Amino acid sequence: MKNLGLIIHREFSTRVRKRSFIILTLIGPILMAVLLFLPAYLATLPGDVKVISVLDESVLMDFEKGTDEIRLRYLPPNKFNLNQAKEFSDQEGDYAFLYIPLSESGDPDFLGRNVQLFREGDVSLSVEGFLEDKLEAYIQKEKLKAEGVDPEIIARTKTSVNIRIINTEDGLEAENTTLVKMGIGYVAAFAIYLFIFIYGSQIMRGVIEEKNNRIMELMVSSIKPFELMMGKILGIGLLALLQFVIWIGLGILLYALATSIFIDPSLQSGELMAGAQAANMDAMADTPVFEIWRTLQSIDFISIILSFIYYFIGGYLLYGALFAAVGSAVDKESDSQQLILPVTIPLILSLLVILRALDNPDGPLAFWFSIVPLSSPLVMMARLPFGVVWWELLLSMSLLALTFLGGVWLAAKIYRVGILMYGKKPTFTEMIRWIRYKN
Amino acid sequence: MIKAEGIHKYYGDHRALHDFNLEIEQGSVFGLLGPNGAGKTSFIRILNQITAPDKGNIQFKGESLKAKHIRQIGYLPEERGLYPKMKVGEQLIYLARLKGLAKKEAEEKVKAWLERFDLMDRAKKNVEELSKGLAQKVQFIASVIHEPELIILDEPFTGFDPINTEQIKQEILRLGANGATIIFSTHRMESVEELCEKIVMINKGEKVLDGKLSDIKKMHQSGHFVVRTEKPISASEGFSILEEKQQFGWHQYKLDAQNMAKKELFDRLYPLNIIAFEEEEALLHDIFIKIAGA
Repeated sequence: MKNLGLIIHREFSTRVRKRSFIILTLIGPILMAVLLFLPAYLATLPGDVKVISVLDESVLMDFEKGTDEIRLRYLPPNKFNLNQAKEFSDQEGDYAFLYIPLSESGDPDFLGRNVQLFREGDVSLSVEGFLEDKLEAYIQKEKLKAEGVDPEIIARTKTSVNIRIINTEDGLEAENTTLVKMGIGYVAAFAIYLFIFIYGSQIMRGVIEEKNNRIMELMVSSIKPFELMMGKILGIGLLALLQFVIWIGLGILLYALATSIFIDPSLQSGELMAGAQAANMDAMADTPVFEIWRTLQSIDFISIILSFIYYFIGGYLLYGALFAAVGSAVDKESDSQQLILPVTIPLILSLLVILRALDNPDGPLAFWFSIVPLSSPLVMMARLPFGVVWWELLLSMSLLALTFLGGVWLAAKIYRVGILMYGKKPTFTEMIRWIRYKN
Repeated sequence: MIKAEGIHKYYGDHRALHDFNLEIEQGSVFGLLGPNGAGKTSFIRILNQITAPDKGNIQFKGESLKAKHIRQIGYLPEERGLYPKMKVGEQLIYLARLKGLAKKEAEEKVKAWLERFDLMDRAKKNVEELSKGLAQKVQFIASVIHEPELIILDEPFTGFDPINTEQIKQEILRLGANGATIIFSTHRMESVEELCEKIVMINKGEKVLDGKLSDIKKMHQSGHFVVRTEKPISASEGFSILEEKQQFGWHQYKLDAQNMAKKELFDRLYPLNIIAFEEEEALLHDIFIKIAGA
């Protein structure tokens, strides 16, 4: 076991000093923040204003002004006919020209069928949608008038309902908080997925490199192949953990920075107050910040964090061993692609199942995939924020532990033969035969 | 030192070793010879406990081979390799510590060996920056750094130029003189003739020859003689002439006298005024061809 410590130390210390690791660790959170916020930021940038001339012969539109991006300019029907209006719009270089003809019969549906939009080239979907919505609303208003209904009454009696769902499970009357729970579940599961993938393939590459450097035979003359394999998995695992912790730390720092710079300070102090003083709660009760805060309070973070650590480590070790086994079987990374499929398919499948599981966390799909070991680290994490019956969690965790032992045993069997085999890429049948080899 | 009895090792249908027996005395320099694929590396891997035999047992100094013996064995594999991105000194310390040396002890030993090979100035260089020959020296140090009682060298001279070969050869002899038992494994038979006292030859997983090098040579004498005489020899009963040339007033012959005792041949030729009389030495290579071919 002393040797295992030496190997872990070597794997960890040679990697942690690499420039690529340091750079990725430092700029990872920044990159991620940029990826998250850039689209949102871009969406807030003002676009070009599109001017549309309107010849409204029926005076249907009531001189609707448009939006920030779409401005409507009305041409007086007593001074312009259709052709003149079109020509004018062209000269002005307008985005498009809208023509609403006169409905001689006064039938609003006639307008719906005969409105025309002129433009050289394609019309953007947002413009088309905006105009259609507006026209529909005005035509409907006309129809209501024709039926003798006052549109004002309709507007006044319009109602919107938001059902408040109260979760009565375990006798706790908690506010339903689905969105926040979905967010937590997704982020936790995705983090596990990401780390298994990134560091699993690092294990595989490390094994292939050792094979290529022909150092395997020297190593296994000093230590057991099992120690060599576990040392690599654990050493890289520590590296992953370190990176994860740094990322979370930097993430919190960046978040604090961003909120103090971009968000109104009064809102933040309000949030703090809500946490500290119950007396002020009523006043805060309707703000979205308070809503989220109350949701977070109703979630059992301790068990989620403990489970996360368990599934993170369990999933990483199980998949890490499988990645190591595949690495041991090939000489080149390009040869690994076919052999790695059985390892990556359950991972990718889990990610797909999560999307369903977040929607229906107690459905049969979510249940089974959170019990079956290869997918349980991801799918169970997605389910956990919604609350999972204790025996399901226990079953899932025990199965993962058992599979981990079995998986490592199996991987070690393949590894010990594979690392000394060079040349032809083995088939699955050959790898199964290796498992049956005696020492 | 080492006693192997009835070793069998199969990889699937492939026979690597079949009923292989061997005994190596403490302090000897031992040759393990055979062509590529004969089973040499399979046996070495069993000695190193990289693999275990299907059948048979191995004794190390009277005890059955166990994990604790790994520290008393040094191994220079035929597949040479080190971590290219690790520094020379760091790497040697790491490998020495894997063999059980304490950190301080490992550092001292590494320093001593690097000085011996004049490599001190490379200690902080990455292995990938070394020339192939220097990297091989580092590899050699790695295999003997923990002062093992048994040193196994698989094709030790491949990749060395003549000067380095000589240096390594001297180191091996020095280690042998200090009491280490050394196993040489090679398919280049001639390279061990001057080093080994005893040899074993393997072919297709089975032992075909075992014994003292001098005895084996004696047993496999070719029966060929190189003779120089003043007077010409004419072929007669008991021997035949293979080659003949005349130079500076004397005659040189290569004779095949397999069915004749050396003394008898000498007596027969004595009247022709012998200038030189020499029995042609059997080369291990020829012996092997003779045995393996048969």
